[in-house]
Amino acid sequence: MKGFGFFTSSNRLFFLILSCTDNYRLCILFYRYRDLAPQLVPLDYTHKPDVTLPYELIGSMPELKDNPFRQRIAEVFSEDGDGNMTLDNFLDMFSVLSEMAPRDLKAYYAFKIYDFNNDDYICKSDLEKTVNKLTRNELTPEEVSLVCEKVIYEADADNDGKLSLEDFQHMIIRAPDFLSTFHIRI
Amino acid sequence: MPKQEKPNDIEENVGSDVDSEEGSAAENEENVKVTDKGGKRSTPRTRRGHARVRARCGGEEDEDDEDGTRRAGHRRHRNRRGRGRAARNEGSDSEGDPTRKNQANEKSKEDYEEEYEKGGKSGKGKDKKQDKKPDKKGKKENANKKKKDKKKSGSGSDSDSEEEPITEEELAKLKEEVEEKKKLIATLRNKPWKMKKKLSVLKEAQLFVEKFEGALGKGKGKKFYAYKVMMTKKWMKFQRDFENFKTACIPWEMKIKEIERLCGKHTLLGLDKENRFIALLKFMLCMTICMPMHSMTRLWMQEKMGHFGSSVASYFIFLRWMYGINMILFGLTFGLVMVPEALMGKPYGSLPRKTVPRAEEASAMNFATLWDFSGFAQYSVLFYGYYNNQRTIGWLKFRMPLSYFLVGVGTIGYSFMIVIRTMARNANDDGGGDDTSFNFSWKMFTSWDYLIGNPETADNKFASITTSFKVNMVMSLLGMFCPTLFDVISSLENYHPRIALRWQLGRIFALFLGNLYTFIIALMDEINLKLEEEKIVKYNMTIWEASLYNGTIPENSTAPPIQVDPADVPRGPCWETMVGQEFVRLTVSDTMTTYITILIGDFLRAVFVRFFNYCWCWDLEYGFPSYSEFDISGNVLGLIFNQGMIWMGSFYAPCLPAINVFRLHTSMYLQCWAVMCCNVPQERVFKASRSNNFYMAMLLFILFLSTLPAVYTIVSIPPSFDCGPFSGKTRMFEVISETLEHDFPSWFGKVFGYASNPGLVLPFILLMVLSIYYLNATSKSYKEANLELKKKLQSQAEENKRRNKQKAQKSNEQDENSFETEPPQQTGGKQDESTPNQDKKKGQGGNEVKRTGQPQEASSSQALQHAGLDLNGHYLPQSRGGNLPPPSIAVTRPPAPRGYGMLGYPPGNTCFPGMQPGMPRGPPSYR
Repeated sequence: MKGFGFFTSSNRLFFLILSCTDNYRLCILFYRYRDLAPQLVPLDYTHKPDVTLPYELIGSMPELKDNPFRQRIAEVFSEDGDGNMTLDNFLDMFSVLSEMAPRDLKAYYAFKIYDFNNDDYICKSDLEKTVNKLTRNELTPEEVSLVCEKVIYEADADNDGKLSLEDFQHMIIRAPDFLSTFHIRI
Repeated sequence: MPKQEKPNDIEENVGSDVDSEEGSAAENEENVKVTDKGGKRSTPRTRRGHARVRARCGGEEDEDDEDGTRRAGHRRHRNRRGRGRAARNEGSDSEGDPTRKNQANEKSKEDYEEEYEKGGKSGKGKDKKQDKKPDKKGKKENANKKKKDKKKSGSGSDSDSEEEPITEEELAKLKEEVEEKKKLIATLRNKPWKMKKKLSVLKEAQLFVEKFEGALGKGKGKKFYAYKVMMTKKWMKFQRDFENFKTACIPWEMKIKEIERLCGKHTLLGLDKENRFIALLKFMLCMTICMPMHSMTRLWMQEKMGHFGSSVASYFIFLRWMYGINMILFGLTFGLVMVPEALMGKPYGSLPRKTVPRAEEASAMNFATLWDFSGFAQYSVLFYGYYNNQRTIGWLKFRMPLSYFLVGVGTIGYSFMIVIRTMARNANDDGGGDDTSFNFSWKMFTSWDYLIGNPETADNKFASITTSFKVNMVMSLLGMFCPTLFDVISSLENYHPRIALRWQLGRIFALFLGNLYTFIIALMDEINLKLEEEKIVKYNMTIWEASLYNGTIPENSTAPPIQVDPADVPRGPCWETMVGQEFVRLTVSDTMTTYITILIGDFLRAVFVRFFNYCWCWDLEYGFPSYSEFDISGNVLGLIFNQGMIWMGSFYAPCLPAINVFRLHTSMYLQCWAVMCCNVPQERVFKASRSNNFYMAMLLFILFLSTLPAVYTIVSIPPSFDCGPFSGKTRMFEVISETLEHDFPSWFGKVFGYASNPGLVLPFILLMVLSIYYLNATSKSYKEANLELKKKLQSQAEENKRRNKQKAQKSNEQDENSFETEPPQQTGGKQDESTPNQDKKKGQGGNEVKRTGQPQEASSSQALQHAGLDLNGHYLPQSRGGNLPPPSIAVTRPPAPRGYGMLGYPPGNTCFPGMQPGMPRGPPSYR
């Protein structure tokens, strides 16, 4: 059962059980990971080599390179929070962003991604960062803060001036486009 | 203790269950039998354990991977237990090895084992653990096993032989636990944990399940249980493999992905030519292998998830879906009509209808004639007229006319079914999401399409997001002053593109429809003409035959063998073939037009714009001709109408689905190529997922419209007398009654006759209409109830928010009053974190008091909530609270009055009617 060469079958099986991908995608993902740095990543993952790819490589993938949140995405899924990724993290990332991942899981990670300062709340500074990234700083600071206040006004159910995970989930699961936009095809 | 078990017995067992679950199950059974003789009962759990240990030593290499990993985990566990036993002197505590994570489970297991001990025949003391027991008992069987285990794996066995069956409660409890673990394993992938954590949890859970699963079945149910477990496993594996297989079989998956990513990138004569070439080659290879296997389940899933990414990709997904349907139609007509006729029917030239007439013979093989689908093409299986009216053909006694009729009806029926089913599925995901209470939030968090992987598309997206934010702000500004105007404008703003799209679609639709029906009316005229002609031909035919006989009878008195070449026999006009030909010609010319349009309109234009831009007086790329956009609505409509044509014509030209499959296949590649190399991203981006059902509805409508003429011709026009499978009958559907007469017992025909009596049919139709009406009414009422509930929820949320705000305001006022008197109190993290916020607000200089204060109840309850969450390990609070400066303002206040106040306002009540209108819609700091 070493048909795919890179995992032992048991390893692959675990990944299949644990991530929202299928065998086909898993193989593609592995090769994508390997193609980022063929000289670093071995083909044989039987002994779990300790390989970490730097953020520069991850962020240059065509799937991510035009995404304004690419650094955040890499940071959230990476082990150390700096965007450097092991294969595990890489698989994690694309399995969450795949179409097979459930809504709640996606919502949780979306929250993580938009929570720039990692304080478990999306506060106003996070929102401002998000807006600036989305509009490439084309809104005036007044407009930005206005938008942020609007968002807080709309989504902040417990009235603490920032969005907790529950607030965020409450808001995002009603969004019609969330699943289709928070999704990267591999 | 009795020493019943013989060594060879064990040997046999060892040999028998090297690797399979079945083996272990069988062994369980066997062992139970043996031990029962000695008045002993060992749990299957133990047995399974042994089986595992032994099996692990035997044939791990060739194990199924799943088992292999589990076993590995098992071994680790054993080792741990072994260590535990080494330190057994402490007694039972050794079991609770601190390395174990799921202590609770372990504990429950221990309890359960202890129970056994108590009830054991040998009456062990409480402090004795099960590990000691077998030795003391001197039970040979267990000792043997233990030795073996030790020898082979270096770890002992945890064989606790029990004498009494497990009590019901414990069994239930255990079962529950195992089920829980199983559920955990199944849902593990949905947990937001890091892979490492997931892995360890999974291993543990699997271990647990593995260990206790066997103990669940008891007595007679055991074998069955083991069998069931095994079958479930096998089934899961099969499902997984099948899933993989299906994924590999979906055509154009990569292509669509590429489109999504590039979404109209214009890399005309681009740099990565080689890559594309290789990809194309790979794709062709893949396609030739897996083209016929088209899994639609997958597609439905995508639709179900609302995943119609970018609109261009949605067109291609729609095309792929069409391709799937056409594949099935093609399979039906090809497998049940064309192939049987070609293989088993009379060969070409045996009958007048199967022969090219003498007058056309000269030009029958010319390319122009064939291109026009006449000549040899007309007199072949491709068209209706070629088929003979023999009731059965070949040694299989294949009922050709019946098959032809049923395939025609089945094509239409299948199409209706599939379209309606897809529509229903789409309709299910609709609904919800139409409320505008989260306008800004949704804009902020869901407007970026993560699929975008192209700088130009990204630029467009950035621009459109910026604009939409601006527009939204203007809207909300207007809303402040004039709410009704706001509604009007927002509806305009929200629906304008969609409405515009629909208008456009409607226009093209009307045009197409006009064309189609002009065509049909012309065709009908033609049919009537042909019918007239047919009458004349029939009359002439009798004269011709008579003359033939007249001329021959004197020479030969035996009438039959008059050898006339079938090519010379005069024949009727055969309107059915004519109709089929018209449809085929139309389809082919339509395809050609589309392709030429793509080549000229897109490709040549792009080449021109690209290369003449260097030497032109204005900017061609952004000026007048520019690159073409991919016209989604036009293309979708073209697809739909093309399909309508297929449905209409496939009864008279069985080759039509085949032609259409070919057309879709090529147009997939051509349009794909066009999109990627010579089109630009659309300026305005529609949400195709919304108009998705709109397309479907159109498709259904077209299907209905195209069914009408087909059904009309089948039911009310007599078939030609000398061509086609129904020749000689007055109506085509008589083939059914004929079959009933000949191939079914007589009582069946009688029953059918009664059933088709209008007296029965009419009430039945009435009943169906009534039930449709009823279902419609109920669904409507459900929808209304749904809306009502939604509204209620929304108003509730509003109410809550309002109340919260009031509370906050009030508390803040009180805080400010009590600022000097009350010392700052620490009540929890909540308070701490609210302070910077407050500071900021203060710093802004406004006396905004909106959210600064919090009632203590709320804060403490929230603190509790967060604590609970921490236990779950979802997120940890270490980053807040501790390193923040102490609060400068007292936020807390005595809880009692607030509590009363809260009690005073039941939820959903307007607490301060006077204040309500005064509540600002936006935050007070609004600029």
